[in-house]
Amino acid sequence: MKKTKRYIQKLGVPRLIMLAFLMILLIAVGILHIPFTLTLSQCIVRVGINIVLALAMLPSIRSGIGMNFGLPLGIICGLLAGMISLEYNFTGLMGILMAMLISIIFSIIVGWLYGLLLNKVKGSEMMVGTYMGFSIVSLMCIAWMILPFHNTGIRWPMGNGLRMTITLEQWYDRALNELWMFKIGEVEIPTGLILTCAVFCGVMWLFCRSRLGIRMLAAGSNPEFSKFSGIDANRQRIIGSILSTVLGGIGIIIYAQGFGFYQLYTAPLMMAFPAVAAVLIGGATASKISVGNVVLGTLIFQSILSVAAPVASAIFPEGNLSEVFRTIISNGIILYALSKIGREE
Amino acid sequence: MDDKSEPLQIIKKAICTALVINMRKEERAMEGQPVLWFQQIKKKFGENVVLDGVDFKVMPGEIVSLVGENGAGKSTLMNILFGMSVIRQTGGYEGTIYMDGNPLNITNPNDAIHQGIGMVHQEFMLIPGFTVEQNIKLNREPLKKNIFSRVFGHSFETIDWDAENRDAKKALKRIGIDVNPGERIEQLPVGLKQFVEISREIDKENLKVLIFDEPTAVLTETEAEKLLKCIKSFSESGIAVIFISHRLDEVMRISDKVVVLRDGILVENAAVTSLTKEKIAELMVGRKLTERTEEYPDRNIKEEDIILEFRNVSVDMPGEDLRGFSLKVRRGEIIGIGGLAGHGKMAVSNAVSGMYPSTGEVLYNGKPLDVSKTGEALRHEIAFVSEDRKGVGLLLDQSILTNIIFNNLSLKGEFLKSYGFFTQIDNKAAKKTAEQMIEDLAIRCTSAEQLAGSLSGGNQQKVCMARALIAEPKLLFVSEPTRGIDIGAKRLILDYLLKINYEKGITVVMLSSELNELREVCDRIAIVAGGRLRGILGPKESNVKYALMMSGDESVRGGEDSYEKD
Ligand SMILES: Nc1ncnc2c1ncn2[C@@H]1O[C@H](COP(=O)(O)OP(=O)(O)OP(=O)(O)O)[C@@H](O)[C@H]1O
Ligand SMILES: [Mg+2]
Repeated sequence: MKKTKRYIQKLGVPRLIMLAFLMILLIAVGILHIPFTLTLSQCIVRVGINIVLALAMLPSIRSGIGMNFGLPLGIICGLLAGMISLEYNFTGLMGILMAMLISIIFSIIVGWLYGLLLNKVKGSEMMVGTYMGFSIVSLMCIAWMILPFHNTGIRWPMGNGLRMTITLEQWYDRALNELWMFKIGEVEIPTGLILTCAVFCGVMWLFCRSRLGIRMLAAGSNPEFSKFSGIDANRQRIIGSILSTVLGGIGIIIYAQGFGFYQLYTAPLMMAFPAVAAVLIGGATASKISVGNVVLGTLIFQSILSVAAPVASAIFPEGNLSEVFRTIISNGIILYALSKIGREE
Repeated sequence: MDDKSEPLQIIKKAICTALVINMRKEERAMEGQPVLWFQQIKKKFGENVVLDGVDFKVMPGEIVSLVGENGAGKSTLMNILFGMSVIRQTGGYEGTIYMDGNPLNITNPNDAIHQGIGMVHQEFMLIPGFTVEQNIKLNREPLKKNIFSRVFGHSFETIDWDAENRDAKKALKRIGIDVNPGERIEQLPVGLKQFVEISREIDKENLKVLIFDEPTAVLTETEAEKLLKCIKSFSESGIAVIFISHRLDEVMRISDKVVVLRDGILVENAAVTSLTKEKIAELMVGRKLTERTEEYPDRNIKEEDIILEFRNVSVDMPGEDLRGFSLKVRRGEIIGIGGLAGHGKMAVSNAVSGMYPSTGEVLYNGKPLDVSKTGEALRHEIAFVSEDRKGVGLLLDQSILTNIIFNNLSLKGEFLKSYGFFTQIDNKAAKKTAEQMIEDLAIRCTSAEQLAGSLSGGNQQKVCMARALIAEPKLLFVSEPTRGIDIGAKRLILDYLLKINYEKGITVVMLSSELNELREVCDRIAIVAGGRLRGILGPKESNVKYALMMSGDESVRGGEDSYEKD
């Protein structure tokens, strides 16, 4: 009894609420006779394609920047790299790899500049990050129109510019998901995707325990202390910003291949929020986070979303009411999570 | 009690209450009613019981000293009384506190202030970006009526800056310190912050109880003396005082009553006249204290073998300005730097660490040391313990382990396993060292994984010391090494300094407000007053000489060492 009590205490109230909510949804799945295996397969994929985006919060929080609301910056880098990989018709795993490599180059530059900016606005990083993300997304709306891409597969059939949504069928649609995929009964296990996520989480876990990672943690949790210890906190913040942007770029490529298409223009606008919500639900705060928080949070948050979708459409079969319902749930959770930001437990 | 019928119980209760009220009246008539009564207070942090049935009373105008080892639960008890949020967040407490006979229901510090409770915290509760006077008058700003306030009411009154300044000046003067009320808090040295915090409390009206949690830890004896007088005058005006200190001399001199806590249990509650210093110390630790353990034989210190030389160094550290400071530190010695708070002694180590900008030259082993940025000194195997443990001394959100090994890991790459191009922390080795230090310095904690921020003040100080001690530097600067540390642990730490100095040949520069402590371990003691080096004295020089030199008297000159004028 005492043990379970302590266990529950350790888990914390927000996670318990979310888990309870998930349970209710799962019960609904049972009652409404929704095919469970299909939901489970979707759930696994959703968690997989979102985890690296959430992971992008880790270096930013650890380095003292806080939640990276400027995540769209990284996402834009990833999208740009993705477009280049499509332009030159890289397909399959090779395509994904090329996109990632190119995006890393962009992200390093952008993350570095973004870090310089954040060092000038200490204390209001989250607000500045949000605005920065919004403005860059808007700016890129123009850029997508005028960038010199020629591949007809990604351009509007007539007129100028790139398409709103680019289906990846001819390039690398679900290439990672389907790598070494196998089935347990009816449930599809996307081995390639899971392995990729594991690799990124593992690398970040190793990073946290490395000398650089520990120095970054010190700079993030007490800049005065780190100054006293001869560590340049500003430099650590820039490294954090770069890493976060790199993960954002890679994250969107993994997301896009699993989803089946790239979405340009205003699509990246709100993408920081689910990532932030996920890590908050996982138990992270504006100043503290671990890989465990990221994994747990993404698991809970994305599971809820993927279970909520079929439940909603079973309850409201007609019209787009189910879509409204799903949006309410998703934004409601995000709102709940954001209300917990910066509040130490 | 096992009553079955409820009505009966209610009647019983009523009768009891009536009796109690009656008794209270009588009591009041006979010996006065206690202003505070801690009744069977219990507090747990998780599984860790830190207060267990503490029960005592405080009379109006009485000075009660609360003493106990580091981690005995003193600050926790006061935090309960003051309604600090940590208490509620960690599951509240059991028992009741009565004020003037009524159970107190305090849920936040504001309630406490309204009830007439003031508290000077062990760790400062000041707003760094505000000025001294703003901090003193925070939430109680004197207001002026204006047109708007006449129409819209109270909240629209404007702050009467003149009155604020006047009040602040008055409060500062009352405790006899000289600081500009317009100075920002973050610019002040630790010693002065302490005084500002005290001024803030005494400026409050309708005070009934005033709590001092180690107010003298960063003060020199003379300053502490001033403060004690001040405290006495409060008690004479009828305010009850709860005084926490590790300096038992003060406790003996000032208190009416002494309450001793050991591991959260009240072991003594008696008039000070029935106690002695030794008895209190014994009660605190639960065994007889041993005197100085080891005498180290003479080391071979050569006058001309200089490890560090200050040449005409001036440091721009607000509140602790130092001008034209020249000093030669000999290899292998323990040199003390003493002086009053705010007179510049703290600037000495901050100049070398690079935390504050300085001019002049610092020579390390005869070569100029770049002190324009932090980290240079560390790379030359110079280590520091800062006087500001909460600000720059600790990673409060990280474990004791991380705090202890951090510098070794970060600067020297120790406690790391290397795998080609990346490194991983060697948790096993780190844990071993951390646990060794926890044992050596008797750090009271649940495990090496406990967060440094949840340790008691004295134990946090030990963690800071531990980090510097395991760094095994060539030169070690320690500022206020025993700040807030109990008498038993003080012995441990001072002995440890002597030991590493003797066995490892580490040169130590010790900056301290406590003259006794300096005289106990140092070979020479440099006195800084008014921002200048006044001279260097041997540890055996007379008290008078020290006092005069600290007060800046020009007629007293230091003995052996040259004292160069600029
Ligand atoms: N927030 C907290 N979480 C967990 N444990 C805590 C917390 N605050 C204090 N403790 C523990 O409670 C015990 C008592 O601490 P407290 O601060 O009351 O000691 P103290 O008597 O004031 O000591 P000191 O003389 O060092 O200031 C310590 O062992 C400490 O580790
Ligand atoms: Mg304390």
